Amino acid sequence: MSAVTTRSGATVPTKRTFSFGRWFHATGWRHLVGLVLIVFSLFPLLYVLSASLNPVGSLTGSNALFSNIGFGAYERLFNDPSQPFGAWFINTMVIAFVTAVLTVFMGALAAYSFSRMRFAGRRFGLMTIVLVQMFPQLLAVVAIFLLMNTISDWFPAIGINTHIGVIMVYLGGALGVNTYLMYGFFNTVPKDIDEAAKIDGASHARIFFTIILRLVAPILAVVGLLSFITTTNEFVVASIVLIDPEKQTLAVGLYKLISNPNYADWGAFSAGAIIAALPVTILFLFLQKYIVGGLTAGAVK
Amino acid sequence: MTPTNTDPEVVVSPRQKKAARLAEAASGGLKIILLKIVLLGIVDAIAVYALFVLVLKDEWLVAAIVAVVTLVVNWIYFSHRAIPAKYLTPGLIFLLIFQVFVIAYTGYIGFTNYGTGHNSDKDQAVQALMSSARERVPDSVTYRVTVVESLEGLGLLVTDPDGEVSVGTATSPLTEVDNAEIDSNVAVSVPGYTSLSFQDVLQRQGEVFDLEVPVSDDPNDGVLRTGDGSSANIYLSSLIYDEQADTMTDAETGVVYSDSGTGAFTSESGEELLPGWRITVGFDNFARAFGEESIRGPLINVTIWTIMFALLSVASTFLLGMFLAIVFNDKRMKGRKFYRIIMILPYAFPAFLSALVWAGMLNERFGFVNEVLFGGADIPWLTDPVLAKISILVVNLWLGFPYMFLVATGALQSISDDVVEAATVDGAKPWQVFRLIKLPLVLVTMAPILISSFAFNFNNFNLIYMLTGGGPRDTSAGINVGATDILISMVYKVAFTGQFRDYGLASAFTIIIFILVAVIAVVSFRKTKMLEDLN
Repeated sequence: MSAVTTRSGATVPTKRTFSFGRWFHATGWRHLVGLVLIVFSLFPLLYVLSASLNPVGSLTGSNALFSNIGFGAYERLFNDPSQPFGAWFINTMVIAFVTAVLTVFMGALAAYSFSRMRFAGRRFGLMTIVLVQMFPQLLAVVAIFLLMNTISDWFPAIGINTHIGVIMVYLGGALGVNTYLMYGFFNTVPKDIDEAAKIDGASHARIFFTIILRLVAPILAVVGLLSFITTTNEFVVASIVLIDPEKQTLAVGLYKLISNPNYADWGAFSAGAIIAALPVTILFLFLQKYIVGGLTAGAVK
Repeated sequence: MTPTNTDPEVVVSPRQKKAARLAEAASGGLKIILLKIVLLGIVDAIAVYALFVLVLKDEWLVAAIVAVVTLVVNWIYFSHRAIPAKYLTPGLIFLLIFQVFVIAYTGYIGFTNYGTGHNSDKDQAVQALMSSARERVPDSVTYRVTVVESLEGLGLLVTDPDGEVSVGTATSPLTEVDNAEIDSNVAVSVPGYTSLSFQDVLQRQGEVFDLEVPVSDDPNDGVLRTGDGSSANIYLSSLIYDEQADTMTDAETGVVYSDSGTGAFTSESGEELLPGWRITVGFDNFARAFGEESIRGPLINVTIWTIMFALLSVASTFLLGMFLAIVFNDKRMKGRKFYRIIMILPYAFPAFLSALVWAGMLNERFGFVNEVLFGGADIPWLTDPVLAKISILVVNLWLGFPYMFLVATGALQSISDDVVEAATVDGAKPWQVFRLIKLPLVLVTMAPILISSFAFNFNNFNLIYMLTGGGPRDTSAGINVGATDILISMVYKVAFTGQFRDYGLASAFTIIIFILVAVIAVVSFRKTKMLEDLN
């Protein structure tokens, strides 16, 4: 039994005299499980952090954790013109941010109409949205590529090898699981509020933009963040649409950087991974309470 | 005006409707109306530009669709009715193009021979073939030219030795013109075209060198090419195209290649001239998928592994997540928040990075796992078919259990204490309480999440592709496929990696996946009655 667990165990409020056996039976074993878990969860993350701080670039050199500290890998990462990491980072952030904002906006518009209006085809529309989730866009990747190729012939500015092109493809998924999540949340906002506003003469657009959007801000943040993360992780579409290295995203660029682990600059990759992960991970940890709420909102009614 | 007026379920009089419309319009405000007009103006301007380009490229069908959609959009936003449509249209347009249309298009491609060597239509294939076999005619006449540009792209303004002037581009053959401006016996400009200056030509050297202007409609007449932007020569192809007989003849060997319906000119001995063109091949791709042993075998293996992988991933992450949720759901326990944050970290770290990091750690010769944990052993974690599958499941467990933990914790906490208390009073043991009361309740709330998790893993491309690349490669297979490939990564590899890109076969696979997914979806929705909850 480690010192940490006994120390925290000692603070367990009991009126009786402290008994290790009783404590262990009640909560102590849980800390044991927790310890195993911490090792399992943290280990790969500590490993990549250590590798990024190791000036030696090889895989073997990365195995002695935190034995060698330096920023050589970070310097190499930013100084190799064949791997424009800075461009990848900016591309990814821009594409993911624009996609997230537009996805939230279009999804919220749709969720509002599904939640507040009654019209022919409404139930069918909702069902379609649920069903479309089962057939992810990814499956039609060949057709997406050929479509983008054709669009390139007509309008090169939004076709293959353009960021607008990738964003447009991603927006195809704007009305999907996100709308369903938002729809559930919109329903929890009492209708009395918009009805009161309607009596005061507010139009549907005014109600949507000035009242509803503010009341549902938490779910908008959650959906935006989820969309941001999904887009950051997206590889397939980005890899076929974006061709020039300086146009590519982190997922595509870093994959290529490491695609042969035996010869790759593992240190530079790890440094890239740390930098790439920071914004997403920090955002996630800050908003995790809302995210968990949002994830379950669609399911737990 | 009553607030239920916009609700068609309530009967409203025409007067009420009119009043509602007036109120609606009055509350809009001038600014909003202006904004609406500006936005629609931008949309219409873009549409007009798109129409212009499409009509120039002779894409009449697409142009018609763009025109109709633009009209509909304008109607929707100017009309006072169709309020739901105002909210649905933006997302719907993208959904229709990039989800619905591409699915239908996939269906079409699956019935074609689309792929490397069969990329375009027959005219383009003829052009490409002749262009690749073209050579400069020795001792031929040199024409004086000026490089010009029009909406169709670069072209040549040609003055032939007799002083006749003609103009043409890569897509339209030379036609005579009589209104060109002549400077020292050479035509230098012509209305409708912009002449390129010497500087422009230097800057766009590559484009100018690649430019081929057909001499006439008959491809056998050859093309004009310029090496310096001021003089051009005729290039003739060693392949001769006979339009009537629909054959290609090699002028040097005399072999005749004819169109035998396979999408390429084929000689009698079966030799194909590539590039060929795209044709509809019916069920050929499906016949290959199910008929050819070297494809059918891998396809079946991949399908089984895909389903196993998705099921085992859901099961393992659910079990671990659920177990941890129970362990850390004890209010007496200290430091639960701390454990929770640690556990969320793998989920917060971008998944594609995690997979790549694990690929490094599991590297057979240099990876941390073998080098440090197993003392320098050479365990082929990612290169042995069975071990690679196990590695993938373990890594996916690492990636996925936090999510299940979070959701299961939520579900556990939503179970009311009364239920548990009542059961305890009735004499139920903790295990019985869990098995008979908590678990069923948790399963009910988590069923949709388990289904979507299954669907997600069914297409978990990133994990497979980043960790093993689908390998180890199955060398006996007729396609690029490995032991850990799932359906979606197989499609990607058949379509986009390797020397031969077979879009047709890849799309046929996609259609097979669609049918599989549809069956699974129908069954699972029936079981959970998820769709019936919608109201």
